[in-house]
This record gives sequence, C-alpha cells and structure tokens, in this order.
Amino acid sequence: MAAVVERDEIDVEPFIEGEEATPEFEAANIAQERRRGLLIALPAYLYLIVFFAIPLVTVVVYSFATRDRFGGADLTRFNLDSYLELNDELIRTIIVRSAGLAILTTLICLAISYPFAYYMATRSETVRNVMLVFVMIPFWTNFLVRNYAWYVILGTDGPLSRVAEFLGFGPTRILFTQAAVVLGLVYGFLPFMILPLYASIERIDGRLLEASRDLYATGFQSFRHVLWPLSLPGVIAGSILVFIPSLGAYVTPQVLGGTGTTMLGSYIVTQFLTARNLPFGAAMSTVLMVFMLAATIVYFRKGGRTL
Amino acid sequence: MTEADVAQVDGEKEVATTVDAVAIRGVTKRFGSGENAVVAVDDVDLSIADGEFFAMLGPSGCGKTTTLRMIAGLEFPTSGSLKIFGDEVGTLPPNKRPVNTVFQNYALFPHMTVLDNVSFGLRMQGVDKATASSRAGELIDLVQLSGMEKRRPSQLSGGQQQRVALARALVNRPKVLLLDEPLGALDLKLRQEMQLELKSLQRELGVSFVFVTHDQEEALTMSDRIAVMHDGRLLQVGSAEELYERPVNRFVADFIGQTNLIEATVADADTIVLANGSKVLAPSEYAAGTQVAMSLRPEAISIGPRRTVPAEHRADSLDGVVSTAVYLGHALDYHVSVDWIDLEVRAPAVGSHGRFRPGDEVSVWWDRSSNWVVAE
Repeated sequence: MAAVVERDEIDVEPFIEGEEATPEFEAANIAQERRRGLLIALPAYLYLIVFFAIPLVTVVVYSFATRDRFGGADLTRFNLDSYLELNDELIRTIIVRSAGLAILTTLICLAISYPFAYYMATRSETVRNVMLVFVMIPFWTNFLVRNYAWYVILGTDGPLSRVAEFLGFGPTRILFTQAAVVLGLVYGFLPFMILPLYASIERIDGRLLEASRDLYATGFQSFRHVLWPLSLPGVIAGSILVFIPSLGAYVTPQVLGGTGTTMLGSYIVTQFLTARNLPFGAAMSTVLMVFMLAATIVYFRKGGRTL
Repeated sequence: MTEADVAQVDGEKEVATTVDAVAIRGVTKRFGSGENAVVAVDDVDLSIADGEFFAMLGPSGCGKTTTLRMIAGLEFPTSGSLKIFGDEVGTLPPNKRPVNTVFQNYALFPHMTVLDNVSFGLRMQGVDKATASSRAGELIDLVQLSGMEKRRPSQLSGGQQQRVALARALVNRPKVLLLDEPLGALDLKLRQEMQLELKSLQRELGVSFVFVTHDQEEALTMSDRIAVMHDGRLLQVGSAEELYERPVNRFVADFIGQTNLIEATVADADTIVLANGSKVLAPSEYAAGTQVAMSLRPEAISIGPRRTVPAEHRADSLDGVVSTAVYLGHALDYHVSVDWIDLEVRAPAVGSHGRFRPGDEVSVWWDRSSNWVVAE
C-alpha cells in the first residue's frame, strides 16, 4: 500500500518556479544546431551533387534531345520523340521479359527467404548471429566475380553438366538461358530479402502465435492470420529491395544470359555504347527511374518502418 | 462453489461428475538434454475439480507457468500423464484441447480489432462470420467493453486489454480457463478490482479457472484451492486456511504470509526443545531428535511488559527487548530480540497490552494452538 501512495505522489509533474521558457534563446539554439548539421553533412552533399544530381539531370535533359548524325545528342532541339519511340514491339517485349524475370526472382527469393528468416528469428542469440554472418559472407566477394563463378558452374564443361552426364541425362547447358539469369539474380539478391524479413519476423511476439494456436488455429491458419499479416512490412520491403535491382540488372543477364534474354539494363547500355542513340537510352533510363522511385515510395510508406 | 450453483447458473443439464477437470499424474518436464538439462517440473501430481478456482503459486522459476503451459498444450510433458475431463491430452497440440488461455501481457493480436480478436477462436473453429460476431459481441458486453468493438488493442488501457483477453478466451466456452499472471501488469487498485471481478465471473460461468501467480495475497483472495510450487516440485495443495495454518514445510510456512521460524529439536510426540533449552508443548509426527522449526505467525504472538504473562501461557513465553517498533495504523509491528533470535510481533493497535518503544523490556507469549511444527 505504502509503495503505491508514494508512486502517486511522484506522478505529479515537477514545476520549478522561475524556469520559464525563453523562446528567443531556443530559436537561436535551433538555428545554431542547423548550421552545425549542414557543416557536418557538407561533404556528403557535395558528393551527391557532383556524382548523382548532375548526371541525373544530364540524363533527363538528354532524354528530351534529338539524336544527331554522329551518334551524339543535339541539345538545341528538344522534343518527346524518344519517349514516343518506347512504344515499340521490341521494347515492349524487353520490358515484359524484364518485369517477368524480376517478379519471378522476387517470388523465388520470398519463398526461400521466408522460412529461413523465420527459422533464424526463432533461434538463440548465438545461432542467429552465426546465421547472419553466413548470409553476409557472399558480399565479401565481388559481385562480378560471383557471376563468373556461376558462369563456370553452369557451362557445358562445368561441374553441373558433368554430374548430369554422369547420371545419364546427357550434356546439360543452363548457361545463356533465362533460368540461368533468374538463378544468378536470386543468388545475388537473396540477402536483400532475408534481412528485412528477419527484422520484421524477429519483432513479432512469439506469444501471439501461441495465442492463435490456443484459439484453435492450425499451424497454417496461425501463419496466414497472424504471422503473415504482421510480417507484411518486411515482405514489402524485401520484395522491393529485390525487385528494383532485378528489373534494372545488367551484370547478371550480361554474363549468364544469352542473346534471347536481353533485359532492360543491357538494352539501355546497348543504346548508349553500340547504337549510339543517347536520347533514347536516356528516355528509357528516365522511365525506369520514375517507376523505381514510385516503388520506393511505396516501400517507405509501408515497409520502411521495420528497417 | 458447489455443484448446485453450477447447474443453476449454467441453465444446461450439467451432470455433476467425479471426473477431474484436469488430472496430472507424475508429470515431469525437462528442458535441454544431457548435463545442461533443467528440470522445470518434477514429478507433479495434481487434480483440479470441475468448477474450481485453482491457483498455482510460487516464486518465479518454480515451474508453475510450465505446468500451465503443459495443460494448454504449449509445452509437452517429458513424461507422465495429463488428462482433461478424463481424456489423455499430453501430446495433443493446443488447438485440439478444450482449454483456453489468458496470456501474461494478454498477447492480443495487434493487427485486429477488438471484435476480430474476440471472434478469432470461433472463426478458427469454422463458425460463420455472423454467428461468431454476435457471440463475440455478447462476451464483449459481458466484460463491459460495449462500443469498443472497432478499436485496436493499442487504443485500449491495460485494464481494457485484460478484459479483451478474457473475452477472447471465454467466447470459446472452454472447459478449463487457464490464466497466466493475468493481473501482473495492472496497478494495485485495478488489480484488486479485477480480482473480485474474475472471482464473480468464475462463479457465474461455473468453469474451472486455473490461475498462475507469484502473489500469495492474490492467490489467497481468489482461490478455492492453492498449489504451492518450488523448484519444480509441488509442495502442498490446499485451501487458504490449510496453507496458512498447517504448512507442510518451512518454505510454505515462510512463503504464505509472514512467520517466525524458531529452530528446535523434537523431544517426544508432544514436546520440542528450543535452542535455549526451554521445552515447548508442540505436537508433531517427527521422530525424537529431528531438527524442526516452530512456525509462529506474528499476529499470534502477544506482547506485554515483563512479568505480565498470563499464568496459562507461562510455559509458552519468552523474554526479550524491543528492537524496532513500526506504527501501521491498524497494528503495531515490533521486532523483539530474544537472546538468540529476533521475533516479529504484530499487535493490534487497539486492545493490546500497551505500546512499546525500542529498548523496552518485554515478554512475548502465544497460545499453544497457534504454533505449528515444520521440518525441512
């Protein structure tokens, strides 16, 4: 009893006489705080302006320019021709293919990562940390090198083909197919799915799952009505983090894909370097960026909270 | 509560059976394996009757929550038998058992409204949405949360969340309701209110409540019977009176209420010898020479100036000096140093033999029937 009475007394807000607010001091304080913040962030701002903002504006400006006869861009004639050119049979095929492969990659990543992230989130602290390190280990090797490793594994002379041959399936070549591209993309972007999923599942109170089982839910119902909806922010975050780089992927389709698997990233590079149609490449890049920006906004609205 | 009450309130034809609501026989639960194995529950036998308000009491880590979780199906016993109304359920998953749980901190689904939370159990059992909602509504009325159906748990106070948790479990008409420290997160005033409410709700529904708590006062207030657990073992099961007046060992004597444990040796069937050599009449069933302790409740001890001990209590008295005196309003709490021990004495503020200050020389005495000998 005594303890509670004391606590009630403490709850009374302390009011110290003579400590009245001084708005002008506060304002000066805030202004100084801002100046200091700007100073600290200046190197980052400069870097972003020089290497990001200026090139980005250049690309957007070029996308409205006209191609000249020498493969350059005529910056005196601005029009929407490049954007209108996007409505072309070939471009549509490439967009549909890229989007299809990116969606497939995202779904496969999700299917692999969800059980893994759940397993990881329900282990002891030590086991979790070890598993997290294993998830990160591939990042220690260069992305390009890892793609070439798959190139070797999947090739006609590669170990995969040899094993297939030994088992009597004959020489097998996955390299230069869409399957190889998806395999490479899933491999490359899997950690981007696992980490946000893990973060959101780890945060879910395990007793909620127990409560649902206690309330007659089967294991699957428990997943569908409790675990899945509560982990949705992680699912959205992970999906966008995998989908965006998959859609614009360049290295993986270039190394593991064949001529029939050209994706947006490769096509844009071709426009700049081989076809020398700078405005067209720039227009495609701009459209892709706007689309990704929209996706990122969705991510920040719905999933960003869990990261 | 009697069987007649149950039948009357329920309105259904309830046959008063002798089958226990919960019967636990030789249940052991081990966590881990090999040398690291921890025995959380050690060979426990327990019977909980239908319609009983049953408390499991003990300090944290005593195995009470593990026992409750085994009844719920959230843990499986390592060995032993666990029956609910005669059916062996030891290895059934929680969704196959006719019991529901009110979890510690409630475990309400944060992404669902109050109505969805309460109707969850019915929906999972395949009850159609309209029926489930109307039955959930009835339960929401019962716990006095009408009008809050559309709210999320985060928009409710602790007391309201607790009611939702209660409604969510009771809507399924469980045969046994399990409550894991359900009042732990509430402040004192609300907790006392909820204690009475839970008790009357249980009486109204006639369902067995199995209640886990570390708060002995809470257990004494609400329960028909209490099981005291310590280190995974069940020490004693009984009514509040039995536990308070006839504890089986030191731990129970000390854990239920406050007591003075005075070391002694058994002399014969009726007498024990205290450390200072004085003989005290105290019947016990222990063999002569057994080291025991005499439990004397502070309120069973009378205090008065030296040489004022009534003649009939002379043989059950000790002389000492008051070391501290605390005024509690309704009573005075003294610590009296008798040469080899320190006794706690609680004297009523009104009608006692005067008030004393530290340093006063006093005598303490007690009624022969109020001492109790415990071993271990």
